[in-house]
Amino acid sequence: MSKLNRSVVPDADLKTVEGIALGNAAVLESLYHDYFPMVLNMVIQNNGTEEEAKDIFQEAVIVLYDKIRQGNFELSSKLKTYLYSVCRRLWLKQLGNQERAFQDVSSYEEVIPVEDDLAKHRETELQLSLMEQALDKLGEPCRTIIHDFYILNLSMQEICEKFGYTSADNAKNQKYKCLQRLKRLFFSTT
Amino acid sequence: MNEQDFIAQADRFLSGRMDSAERIAFERYCEENPSAAEQLATHRLFLQQLRQHADRAAFKRTLASAAERYHHPVIPATSVRREPILVTLWNRFKVNSLVAASVAIVAVFSTLWLSGYYKTIEKTTTNYSALRRDMNTVKKNVNAQNAVIRNINSEKQKGGQSEGHFGATGFIISPNGYVVTNYHVIKDADSVHLQNTKGESFRADVIYIDPTHDLAMLHISDSTFKTLKNTPYTFKEADSELGEDVYTIGFPRDEVVYGQGYLSSRTGYAGDTTAYQLSIPVNPGNSGGPVMDSRGQVIGIISGKQTGIDGASFAIKTEALLKSISAIPMDSLESRLTINRKNSLSGLKRTDQIKKIQDYVYLVKVY
Repeated sequence: MSKLNRSVVPDADLKTVEGIALGNAAVLESLYHDYFPMVLNMVIQNNGTEEEAKDIFQEAVIVLYDKIRQGNFELSSKLKTYLYSVCRRLWLKQLGNQERAFQDVSSYEEVIPVEDDLAKHRETELQLSLMEQALDKLGEPCRTIIHDFYILNLSMQEICEKFGYTSADNAKNQKYKCLQRLKRLFFSTT
Repeated sequence: MNEQDFIAQADRFLSGRMDSAERIAFERYCEENPSAAEQLATHRLFLQQLRQHADRAAFKRTLASAAERYHHPVIPATSVRREPILVTLWNRFKVNSLVAASVAIVAVFSTLWLSGYYKTIEKTTTNYSALRRDMNTVKKNVNAQNAVIRNINSEKQKGGQSEGHFGATGFIISPNGYVVTNYHVIKDADSVHLQNTKGESFRADVIYIDPTHDLAMLHISDSTFKTLKNTPYTFKEADSELGEDVYTIGFPRDEVVYGQGYLSSRTGYAGDTTAYQLSIPVNPGNSGGPVMDSRGQVIGIISGKQTGIDGASFAIKTEALLKSISAIPMDSLESRLTINRKNSLSGLKRTDQIKKIQDYVYLVKVY
């Protein structure tokens, strides 16, 4: 079953995977066009609503994104099958939590095991939520300074001008303090 | 090198802003100080997570906006279209025309209702007529005559005329004073009186009604009533055959009237299986009269006729009558209701039969 050769995966799927890795909006939209109706159908047939289907689909795409971003990602089945399996698993879990019934026989769609991916996804989610909490606690302007410097790669001079510090050294000091605080917040919660 | 400087250097090292000489110096420094190397590793890992978080947040935002675009596609604003004159006119006078239309509808239907249109429809669609005699018309005539007489004689007249609203027929089913007639006769009755062929009148109570079969049981409660001999006729429960020679006696007027005919169908009005269709001359007032066969057995009770069709009268079958009798609750009976099983008419001539029967047939007057 796991021995799926390259020919099973269409080229279009590979392109889509690349697009997801880059966060391409057009690719994501086409992802919705191609696969959302299928998921909506599955959720609605099993005691769900359209809103719930939207949430499930969004989470499934993030699972896919996590998997791609972890590197060495190799699509071993059609993207459709993968997404369907993830959504089905997620929906089953949600139904289980709410003690609702699930009666999908799913004979019309292939299903592959996705437990590992979901477990990894949850782990990532947890860790990043810790980072989110730490950043929230950090507050402004520290958050923006950190973001500008480390993510947007702005120079100290630019940050100094943006925040109106008297000198680049001042800005440097401020950035250092912010970073230390963020580290403390982050590691104290882990 | 203090911590702040080290972090600043590490940032430059990790982001690749150092030139080669600096990088070699920094790497050597780290090799020499294991604690510095450890700090660098932690810092690198931390920054990785920070970046991962930022990327993921950005991705989520892109995804959310993609979802938004998919679920709520922006409909390009259409250029303003000039609507045809008819449409604009309709839009302007829509309310007025709706009001006008509803007024018209109300007017039409209220006029139809006021003019009695629906009553006529109802009358013409039900062409079954119950054969009780409306005495109000007679009363009017009598009143008119009385007025004339008063004018001639200038004498005060006694109101001797009948005050009954309806007249019909009923007959004895049990000699101790039980009489059957039609339900439609005694419906809405204030009081019921029975009058026999000799002119004696008795008060009667309604003890049981069966509106589905159009039957009613009366009991003569008057003290002047003396228990009769057993009824000369019996009741025939089995269905009679088509073409059976039948006759009835009843009170279409204040005198007993004989009518003769034959059984023309085993079902009654609109296929009613609890009734027969007879071809026999009956008139308002015959309702409740017994239908006898040639051997003097009661096979039914006259109940109505179909208007507009010749010779279609209807009689409720004896079977329904007997069912109805057995359904009377015991505690509403004052004395036992006994039905005669011995026929004393079978060998007699028709005229002799009638002579015997007519003592058991009553004019029912309803006030």
